[in-house]
Amino acid sequence: MICHVLHPGQLATVQDGGRTGHQAEGIPVAGAMDELSLRVANLLVGNDERAAALECTLVGPTLRFDEHTLIALGGADLGVTADGVTLPLWRPICLPAGTTLSAASAVRGCRGYLAVAGGIDVPPVLGSRSTYLRASLGGVDGRALRRGDRLPLGAPTELGRRIGASVARDRPRDRVAIATWGASTSLVPFYTSSATVRVVEGEHARLLTPDSAERMYSTEFRVGAQSDRMGYRLESGDSPLALSAPCELLSEAVAFGTVQLPPGGNPIVLMADRQTTGGYPRIGEVASVDLPLVAQLKAGDRLRFRPISLDDAQRLYLAREDNIRQARAAIALHHH
Amino acid sequence: MIEVVPAFASVAVHYDPARAPYIRFAEAVQAALADLGEESLPTPRTVEIPVRYGGEDGPDLGVVAAAHGLSADDVVRLHSAATYRVYMLGFAPGFPYLGGLPESLATPRRAEPRTTVPAGSVGIGGSQTGIYPLTTPGGWQIIGRTSLSLFDALRMPPTLLAIGDIVRFRAVAPDGTA
Repeated sequence: MICHVLHPGQLATVQDGGRTGHQAEGIPVAGAMDELSLRVANLLVGNDERAAALECTLVGPTLRFDEHTLIALGGADLGVTADGVTLPLWRPICLPAGTTLSAASAVRGCRGYLAVAGGIDVPPVLGSRSTYLRASLGGVDGRALRRGDRLPLGAPTELGRRIGASVARDRPRDRVAIATWGASTSLVPFYTSSATVRVVEGEHARLLTPDSAERMYSTEFRVGAQSDRMGYRLESGDSPLALSAPCELLSEAVAFGTVQLPPGGNPIVLMADRQTTGGYPRIGEVASVDLPLVAQLKAGDRLRFRPISLDDAQRLYLAREDNIRQARAAIALHHH
Repeated sequence: MIEVVPAFASVAVHYDPARAPYIRFAEAVQAALADLGEESLPTPRTVEIPVRYGGEDGPDLGVVAAAHGLSADDVVRLHSAATYRVYMLGFAPGFPYLGGLPESLATPRRAEPRTTVPAGSVGIGGSQTGIYPLTTPGGWQIIGRTSLSLFDALRMPPTLLAIGDIVRFRAVAPDGTA
């Protein structure tokens, strides 16, 4: 099965759960910026949660599906329509053969996800289909989608086939069949252009001046124009954060959500395409559950940090994983 | 455990709290550390890197020379006579951080990083030297370039160098001959 790219949109790449296992060789993880959206969209079409899907930034692509296809949309609302029918987020949708999917600009959020039953079947590179643009790795020849690309689609799982059949059965009169059910709102975050993000104190937070340590949590940062899949550059206007003494560090590993403080005093939140190691002081680590909120911010949006303990961050993470597990079990149970 | 990332003087362990919460995971790591046995490392590989020094391949060779009151030839001689050790890979796929740069060559990074450093460029950043595996932005002083491929995702292993390898640079003429 093939999906034809009629128009690529602003920046659409193939992303999965990431290229783990090669950071010791300096190879970044990449993968979906908003992992939760990727996982939930995949669940809805019966895929492995970390299967490869399309990540579409700000302006979505125009695609045509040759054959009958089960899809789900997640993340930012890109105003996607199928042959003129407006499609909702977070529901399985059956497209008849020959459907053209069009998109507009992001209404809320920054990155939309399109999961297809069976996943996007580009060849895995070092164990992952994720596109890492800086090294031209993975995805479609290591690059963003282009007009004329033909995306190979994998075979749907047994569960995916059952979901597709039940959606079609529930909507016998609709050409584009939208499921009567979907992911609950408690599972997916509500994206805003002004996010409050919880942060666990970083290894080097103690090096901040007392004033900066306080301002880290009182400043409303602006998302800089240079922000991308590698990192979000936060601007605090004319009062950058400062260390009490200059600090020379040996490079050490960093993580998704590490908040670095370069000498200029404007923090950077490291995201999916982060380098594996870094030498700037690490003043915080964004709680995993709040990373999707960061991933859905656009340049010019606002962000505030709020402190959280490691214990509480972990509690929230485990609660979220439990929610996902329950959703997965419910979908499997109803399509047994 | 998801993966382990060694650096100069640290080892990071990425883990999934849904499989083992922090306290339990940290205890397991502590226990493993307390139980470390002696292990003999394999004899390190020695990898020779042919480098075209100076000219278009090494636009900062003169800067490094001037910073130390040396001639360009002195810099080439010192850089290619030393023996280096791969301390870690990071920054970009297969980028080796090499220890062993003669102190007389240590040079601060450029004030303004270049937007494009070609793949294979050999640079000096402070007291370290390294090789850019991919064309990327970079702030190190570029003194030469190798035609060896440091990273190829389709090769096994994908990186030319591994942690612990011994590296020597050999000066070659612009056409690649010795």
